[in-house]
Order: sequence, then C-alpha cells, then structure tokens
Amino acid sequence: MTDVTTSAAVSARHDWASNAAKRRVKSRYAKDRRLQMYGIAAIGFAMILLGILITSLFYAGYVAFSTTKVELGVYLDSKQIDPKTPEKANYRKIVRNAFLGYFPNVKGRKEQRNLLKIISSGAPFILRDYVVDNPDQIGKLVKVQVPVSDPFDQLYKGVIPRQIDALSFDRIDTFEGLRQQGVLSAPDGRTVVKMTVFLDPERVSAGQFSAIANEAFKAFFPQARNTAFVEILGGDAAKRLQAFVEANPDMVGKTAEVSLPISTNYDNLFRTGEAKVRNPRFASDNVFVWFDALVTQDLVSTPFTWELFFNADSRFPELAGLAGAISGSALALLVCFLISFPVGIAGAIYLEEFAPKNRYTDIIEVNINNLAAVPSVVFGLLGLAVFLNVFGLPRSAPIVGGMVLSLMTLPTIIVATRAALKAVPPSIREAALGVGASKHQMVLHHVLPLALPGILTGTIIGLAQALGETAPLLLIGMNAFIPSVENIGIMQPATALPTQIFAWADSPERGFVSRTSAAILVLLGFLAIMNAIAIFLRQRFERKW
Amino acid sequence: MNDATGSVNAGIPLSAEEMSKIAPGLAHDIKIKSSDVEVHYGDKQALFDVNLDIPANQVIALIGPSGCGKSTYMRCLNRMNDTIDIARVTGTIEIDGVDIYQKKIDVVELRARVGMVFQKPNPFPKSIFENVAYGPKIHGLAASKSDMEEIVVESLTKAGLFDEVKDRLEAPGTGLSGGQQQRLCIARAIATKPEVILMDEPCSALDPIATAKIEELIDELKQNYTIVIVTHSMQQAARVSQMTAFFHLGYLVEVGETDQIFTNPQDKRTQDYITGRFG
Amino acid sequence: MFGYVLITLIALSLAGFVLGRQRALAAVSGTAANLHSLPNYHGYFIAAWVGVPALVLVLVWLLFQGSVIDVLLMRSLPADKIAGLSQSELALLISEVKSVAGGAIFGTPAAHVVEAAERYNAWQSIARWAMAAAAIALALVAMLIARARIAKDFRARQGVEHVMDGLMIFCSAIAILTTLGIVTSLAIEAYRFFQLVSPLQFFFGLNWEPQIAIRADQVTAGGAFGAIPVYVGTLLIAFIAMAVATPIGLLSAIYLTEYASPKVRAVVKPLLEILAGIPTVVYGFFAVLVVAPAMRNFGQAIGFDIAPNSALAAGGVMGIMLIPFISSLSDDAIAAVPQSLRDGSYGLGATKSETIISVLLPAALPGIMGGILLAVSRAIGETMIVVMAAGIIASLTLNPFEPVTTVTVQIVTLLIGDTEFDNPKTLAAFALGLVLFLVTLCLNVIALRIVQKYREQYD
Repeated sequence: MTDVTTSAAVSARHDWASNAAKRRVKSRYAKDRRLQMYGIAAIGFAMILLGILITSLFYAGYVAFSTTKVELGVYLDSKQIDPKTPEKANYRKIVRNAFLGYFPNVKGRKEQRNLLKIISSGAPFILRDYVVDNPDQIGKLVKVQVPVSDPFDQLYKGVIPRQIDALSFDRIDTFEGLRQQGVLSAPDGRTVVKMTVFLDPERVSAGQFSAIANEAFKAFFPQARNTAFVEILGGDAAKRLQAFVEANPDMVGKTAEVSLPISTNYDNLFRTGEAKVRNPRFASDNVFVWFDALVTQDLVSTPFTWELFFNADSRFPELAGLAGAISGSALALLVCFLISFPVGIAGAIYLEEFAPKNRYTDIIEVNINNLAAVPSVVFGLLGLAVFLNVFGLPRSAPIVGGMVLSLMTLPTIIVATRAALKAVPPSIREAALGVGASKHQMVLHHVLPLALPGILTGTIIGLAQALGETAPLLLIGMNAFIPSVENIGIMQPATALPTQIFAWADSPERGFVSRTSAAILVLLGFLAIMNAIAIFLRQRFERKW
Repeated sequence: MNDATGSVNAGIPLSAEEMSKIAPGLAHDIKIKSSDVEVHYGDKQALFDVNLDIPANQVIALIGPSGCGKSTYMRCLNRMNDTIDIARVTGTIEIDGVDIYQKKIDVVELRARVGMVFQKPNPFPKSIFENVAYGPKIHGLAASKSDMEEIVVESLTKAGLFDEVKDRLEAPGTGLSGGQQQRLCIARAIATKPEVILMDEPCSALDPIATAKIEELIDELKQNYTIVIVTHSMQQAARVSQMTAFFHLGYLVEVGETDQIFTNPQDKRTQDYITGRFG
Repeated sequence: MFGYVLITLIALSLAGFVLGRQRALAAVSGTAANLHSLPNYHGYFIAAWVGVPALVLVLVWLLFQGSVIDVLLMRSLPADKIAGLSQSELALLISEVKSVAGGAIFGTPAAHVVEAAERYNAWQSIARWAMAAAAIALALVAMLIARARIAKDFRARQGVEHVMDGLMIFCSAIAILTTLGIVTSLAIEAYRFFQLVSPLQFFFGLNWEPQIAIRADQVTAGGAFGAIPVYVGTLLIAFIAMAVATPIGLLSAIYLTEYASPKVRAVVKPLLEILAGIPTVVYGFFAVLVVAPAMRNFGQAIGFDIAPNSALAAGGVMGIMLIPFISSLSDDAIAAVPQSLRDGSYGLGATKSETIISVLLPAALPGIMGGILLAVSRAIGETMIVVMAAGIIASLTLNPFEPVTTVTVQIVTLLIGDTEFDNPKTLAAFALGLVLFLVTLCLNVIALRIVQKYREQYD
C-alpha cells in the first residue's frame, strides 16, 4: 500500500454536491417510495377484497335474518280438528280457506291458486305445530303468523323488483342499430318499421307472409351473426302484410314499400325509452294488488328469523334453517375433539419428551408435516375408501365426518402441543427430576399442566379449521338433506354447516342466496367466537418464561 | 492539516484555545463535533448530554462497560439509529460543520461518507466482488465496468485482502474466514469512499491473529480516514487509538489523549474501569 | 350395546383400580411406605390391564363387524336370487335387506329379502352379545393376571409407564397410519381403475368424458378417461391464482416487515389472518355471488364474452385465498434475514428499497420459494372454490375466459351422490386422487426441505 495509490483514491472522492449526484439520490429515493407504494397498494388491494367479501355477504345475507310474515286469522273449528288427534286434521284446507277468506272477491280456480302462492307452502305445518302445542285453542279464533312464499318475501324486502328489463343489452344494441337507420316511426301509438319487401308470387300464393317480411327485414342487419333480430318484428306483421297484399293484389311479383308493426317490448322501448315486463317469478299482475292489500291492512310484518336457527333444512327457502347443520357440525366436532385431543397430546408428548432421535421418529415428523399439507379432498377419499368401505361405517354419519376431520386436525394439535411443551423452561423439569420424580411424573405433573393453555389454544384453532372444512365431508356424504331435527345422532345421516352452505349455494330459488349468505355469517360467527376464545386463552394464560 | 478532505468542506473554525481544551497537544482539524447529544429508546434514555469533538485523521476509541452508550453514540454519527423505530436523537452532531440531523441532510449520502463496520462480520450472501461493488453501484460511483473493477481492487488492496482473494473474486463472501470476512466488510465500507469509518467492536468475533491484522489495517487507514472505534478491549484501545473517550451509564465521562487516559485518568470512574474494578 | 359395554369396562377398570390398591396394601399389611410403588400405581396398573386390551378388542370388533356381517349376508342369499346381479345391484339388495331389518318397509319386500333381514337382525344381536362377552371375559382374565403380579416389590409404576409409553407410541404412529391408509387405499382403487382403463390413456388421453361411461357397453369407451384436459385446467387455475397471490402477498410482506410502523403491522397482520381463516366454501360462494358476475358484466361492457364459470374467476378468488399464505411465509423468510445484513446495507448508505431488492430478497429467496411451492401445492389441492366456481366439462384450453375443470372438481363430481365401486367413473376419482396426492406430496416435501434448510442457514 503506497502513498501514491491512497492519494489517488482520496482525490477520487465522490462529489456529492454535483447536480448529477443530487439527481441520482433523488431518483433513488423515488424508487424507494415506489416500492413502498406498491406495498401499500398490495395491502390495500387485499384489504379492499376482504371488505368486499364481508360487505357483500352482509349485504346479501342480512335480509335473511328477518322473514316476511302475514297474519292469518284462523277459526280452529273443532269439527275440522279433532281435539284428541289434532295432528291429523287437514290443515292445508284450513289454511287455504282462512287465507282465501281475506279475498272473498277472488273467484276461479286459477285466480285462487295464484292467490295462495302468496303464502308459504309450509304454512299448514306451522298451523299444525301451533295447534298441537296449544290444544286448548281449538274452537277459538286464533291469529297465526305464517311466512309468505319466497318471491313475496324477496319482493317485500326489496331484493327483487316487480318489473324487470325485458330486453338484454345486446338486444337493445341490435335495436339501436335499426333505430339509427331512421326507418322507425310511431304514427298512431304503435311503432312501425318502414321496409321494402319483394312480394314473391310463389310465397304469396303459399301464404308465407312472415317469411317474406323476415326476408326483407334481414336487409337491415347485414352484419348480424344470428337471426335473433326477427323477434323485433311484431307477431301481427305477417297479417298486416297479408292485408296489404289483399288490398293491392297488383303489387304481387313486385317490390313494395310497407310499414309493419314491431313487437310489444321493442314498441315500448321505442316509444317510452324502456321495456319492462312482469318479473316471471310472479304469476300475474293481480298478485301485486292482493299483496299490497295485505300490506295496507297491516297484516304483513318482518320479525326476526328464529327459524334460521331452529328449523331444519327445507326445499322452501323461507322455511329452511340451520338446526340440522349446526347439530351435525357440533357432533362431528365432538367426535373430532374426542379423538384428536387425547391422541394429539399423547403423540406430541412422546415425540417431544420421550422419543429417541432415530429413523422412526424422523419418519413420524416428516409425516406429520406432510399431513398438514395434504389436500383436504384426499382425506375425504381416505374416509370413503377406509371408513365407509372397509369398516362399513354408515354413510353421511357425523362419526365418520368426525374421524376424517380428526385426522386433519391431528397435525395442528401435535405441532401446537409440541411448541407449548418446548416453551416450558428446563428449570421446571430439572426441579421435578431433582426431587426424584420419574420422567413420566415430571411430564404429567409439571410440564403438561403448564403447557395446557398453549395446547388448548392450538386445539381450538384446529377445531375452527375443521369446522370450515367442506370437501372431505362431501365425499363421505355428510351433505344429507335433513328436513327434521328429531333424529340426530352420531350414527344417523347428517349435514354440516359448510356442506349446508354448499347445498344452499347450489339451490336455484332466489331466497337461498340470502339464506346462504346468512348461513355463512353464522359459520363465520362461530369461527370468530372460537378464535376469540383461543386468543383469550393465549393472552390470559400463556406466560413468557 | 495536510489532508485534502479537511479543505473540501471547511468546518466551523475552532479557536486554538478550544482545540487545546479538547485535545491538548493535538493540532488536528475537528471532523465531528457533537453537542448535547441525547438518545431515547422509547421511554428509556440511553445517552445523556454528550459533547465530544472528534479530530480528523485520527483514531478515537470509545470505551466503557456494556450498555454504557458508546455504540449508541457511534450509531448517531451515521444516523443508523434512524433504522430503529423507537429511537429519538436530540442535540446536534456536525460533520465538517454541517449538522447531520437537519432535515435536508440525506442519510444515503451521509452513510456513504460515514462508513460503518460491524461487530460481527456481515458480508452479504453474494460474491466477494459484488460485496465490495454494492456500495459504489447503489451510489453510482463507477462510470463503467472497468471503473468498478478498479474500485473493487483498490478497496480490497487497501483492506489488505486483495492478495488473499484475487483468484476467487466470484466466490461467495460468506465462504471466507472470520478475519477475512471482517476485512471484506472494511473493503466494502472503503469502496464508497467515505471520510469517516465507524467500527463497532470490529475484532470481538475474531481470533488474535486476525485481530492483529485488522489493527494494523486501522493504523494504515487513519492516514486517509477519521476512524471511530468502539472496543471492549482496553489493550486494543491503547494500541490503535490516539484519543480515547470513556462512557459510563449513558454519560461521556472523560475524553482525552489515549496515553493520558490510560496513565493519568482524571475521573475516578475512568480509573476504576481501567484498573478493572468494574466493567 | 356399545355404550353398555363401555360402561361395564369402565366399571371393571375402576374395580381393578380399587382391587390393585387393596391388594398392594394388603401385601405390606397396610404400610404403604414398604411398597416399591405407591398403592395408586398398583391400582392404575390393574386398571390399565383391564381396560386397554378389552377396549381395543371392542373397537376392532366394531370396525370389522359390519363388513363381516355383510359378507355373511351376501353368502346366505339364495343363489338363484343373486345370480346375474351386478355388484351395484347386489349392494342395492343388501341395503334393501338392511332397511327392512331396520323396520323401514316400503311396499311388500320379497320373501327372501324378509328372510335375509331376519337373519341379519339375528346375526347383529349375536355379534353384539359375542362382543360384550368377549370384551368382559378378556377384561376379567386380564384382571386376574395383573392381580397375580401385585407384590411388595412389584414395580407397578414402571408397569404403568410402560403402558403409557405404548399408548403414546401408538398415538404418534397414527400420522404414519394415516399416510399409509391414504397411499394404500388410493393405490388399490387406482389399480382397479387401471385394470379397466389403460394408464396410457389416463395419463396422455385428450378426452375426458367420464359421465358417458356409466353405460355398460361403454365402460372403456375410446378417449373417455384421458385426463390431460383436467391436468391442464388444474394448472391453468393454479397459475392464475399464483399470478394474483404471489405479487400481492410478497409486496405486502415486504411492506409489513420493512416499511410499516408497528401500529400498522398490528392492525394489518390480523386482518390478513382473517382472510386466511375464512373457509374455502365461503370463497367459493363469493366467487359465484360477486366475482364471476362482476367479471361477466365487465366483459360485456367492453364487448367481450367471459364465461360465468371462467378459469379467471375461480383462479382469481383462489389467489385471494392464497394472499395471506404467501404473505405470512414470505414475512417469516424476510424477518429471518439477520439484522446484521440490513445494518451492513444501511451502513453503506443504501435506501430501503435497495436493501430489500439487492440484499434481503436474495437472502430470503429460498424461504420465499419454499412458501410459493407450498402455495402452489395448496392451489392444486384446493377444492371448494373450484367446485363452486369452475366448470365441470373438461375442455382443453388455456384461455382464462373459458370454463375449465380441475382434478379436485372431478373427484368431487364423480363421487358425490351414489358411489359404486365397480364403476370406472368412481374409480377414476381415486386415480385422480392418487395423482393429486403424489404431486402435492412432492411439492410439499421439496418446499419443506427448502424452508428447513433456509432456517438452519440463519439459525
């Protein structure tokens, strides 16, 4: 190291005051801010999605927490209801007559049928249950709240409209193209399209006037890929054309200019700017009048949906509840807990405290780590092939569900237990061994009690994960349709909360959208409670050594 | 005085009287001037009212028992405390007369000019070449590839490492021995062409032979750089430094020429520490 | 019956406990200090001997009783009634017999069914009583044997601890048993599948139409079980998911570890964990309820046709699910980079982004890669989101706006509802399951090894 090189280095010291250096530093800071912005954007994106997810569930789900009900005044005629066997009466007829009694002017089978569609098909059962519970009411006039059927429930809550757009975007687009050609006019309250037709003698004699009209109409849509646009022409266009030919027989074989009417929806669209039709969920326009009458008479109310928690599943969304799913999940979790908790703790104690470090324990550890990452659907396959086929356990039963879930929960509990055991300081162990305790006594009497809060925390988190598992339960059939909660048991067919959500999400009725969201909110509520308990345990009992 | 850097940015001129008060017998410029420096970590105060002037082109050793604030003080000099969320620094520290805690001061530039070597060698998990080239690259000090090579070779040479690694510049820096790694870190610091080098117990993780090499290196480097070294070892302080500052419980107790501090300490605490009563 | 047997066994165990205590005390004429082990340990010793073997017997008995009786029942059916029945028809007959035996009678069952049902009930009760008798006999014999060993110098504590060791080893071995169970059951069913359909076709065929194959004359109809489109669909959706999750997860991890103040971290991290704790069925519903319609509307607005069950919707929502997963694993990896490297970089005057990009990320790369591989394995194995949001028809396309199907979707659709184990349609699900298990296993093993190596490096 000579003085020459050092002085050269010194003289080459960077000129931080130069403009180039300042620019460079500036751009480096800009880069730094950019990375920070990307980070904030990423987190913001994730948070926004979380927000959208939760709000959309609340938005779609909150309506399911109230049910639109109509008050039904029923005279419980003892002639119709035998007080000895109240459950055997024809409640369908009683409900029918009671409800039709509100609308004495509605006659005719079809009208009455439409009217009866306002109340839920479950109404007779509700009345039956009421009478069976209150047999002393027989012979009296009672007021019973029965749910309205799904479309009216949704209508009253404002989820679905009375009228919907009759035409889709692309239909309107197509029509817009026609309008821009300036051939449309509405001279006498009905929109007509002015077009040139060739009155082919052959077709005229065969009476194929609609073919002639359609042929000519096609000319307006040279780029159309299909012939859906013919629906724009009114159904009476052919008749109008025929009338024109009959009035002007000399035009046959020539081209003529005619004005043909267009169909109702497009007519409305042209004249009023919008085309609406009655929501097809409703049978006729009259039902709105009837329903409005019920509303104005103050017979309609929206009490809290206790049915969501106390009813079992139903094909009618306004009656469907989660009682079956909640009890099924509870039973499966109970089985899962009874298996995975003792087994997990025993296994973890062995691995952490007793196991020699050898091939066998290495294999077990690798196995546990891998099991935690095996796709849940594979556990379902295992349950199906082993528990159902080899052991012949009943399909759809909570015991099988619980067993499969316990295999999935086991790694979580083992890992948590080992961590909790590890956290107990050696001083405690030494103290126990020092007074002559055996290793088993040391673990059972001293280490395990101190590790228990951590173990419980891990167990609850594992059970919360198990509560949300769906795929393995689907494979072992724990998505049974359970319409009553009378026959619940660990060997009985059952359903679970997540599989119920899956089943409802697949149902076509509009009301199940809100029911599904509500069920998800209930599930998330349970998960939140379990996690809150876990956090509480962790903060309250876990000590730092 | 014959140093080129001293005139690049003329500091506040010190009177001879002041100078003699701080470091009697030393005729060097003041490179770093700290006044009333205090550091808080959250609610805890780690440094109390430190006033210390550090002369250019000398080695100053900061000594004291663990937790006395010497590292904390040193980390103020290149604002490494900024990287700790809860740290708060008050008072002023001037380098060449410029307050480094003013708003417009850029830590990036500051840290390039005030290099740092850490307690444990911390080479990046990259090649030896990339380790040294990292600083010049981010600061844009090399205009071309050959410039960069020149800087790397020069820095490694100055750090006394070049001959040992010249055949394996592409090998990972983490593969070197501890002493070599620490010299690599010194080369890395030199590569950004600093004026001051801070060394935080640079030899505490090294064996005696490696330590001796580093100490030799420090001695050579002081020709061109102002060096602040934190050390636990009294002998090391005595060997490498011209000035010594003794810290205790967050206070700067005593500062002076190394010979004076070790032979004739003014403060009882310093005396106790040096004679081994506590520490 | 099981309940009664269980209660009896518990009572016997308690009796054994009392017996052991008394006998131990009697052996030293009441001076407990003369015993090698505490009297309670003698009690535990007998209780364990009484309870454990009998309980194991009961559980094994229960596990196999159903299958054994089924086989017996099958054999006992008159030969002329079961001749020519396929396996599924036979299964139907058996379940009819069982429902008749359970008292649920629809219409008038055939005479041989009623007979079989009576036999079934008789066997059931025989089996139950035999189980009870065997279990109690075993418990009593064990009690006698154990009681004979109680003596002054008998090391009862060691005996009990040996039993505990055995139980604990068994519990820890359940992980292995589970893996073995998965591998064997999948392998056996997949083997049966490959006897019906050639592996060549399954692994390289381009046509997947398992539903057609229900008809007997089309069991191995040409090209029906070519799983390539299913694999391609799986990879497409996994790719989309990773394309969403990796940048977002990684960037948020970078922000949280290096930029965010502790306060922000304390708020954002739990929020991200909420995202991780939401069950996948909820994500599936979210995809159907919000994401797919939104994408469709967006597509319509710009004049572009996006299928309602497009790969993009399913993959995108799966990506949301994976964000917290990647974020937390990357977070761990970046946080594990030693502070000294950060200091080294900052000490040279590097900005945060320079430190992150040129020092922290390269140093954390193995950990991040491991996390990404684990996430890929999750994406491939994820079921509910794709079952609800992706397609069922296997079409060979890489267009993200078209519907595709995945391995897990096929497994669920093939197995949901009635399952018959002589049908290639059902068995195909197990073959797919085997492929899924092996692929995810490989990914997991590699990923876990990388992560572990990485942790060791900086420990």
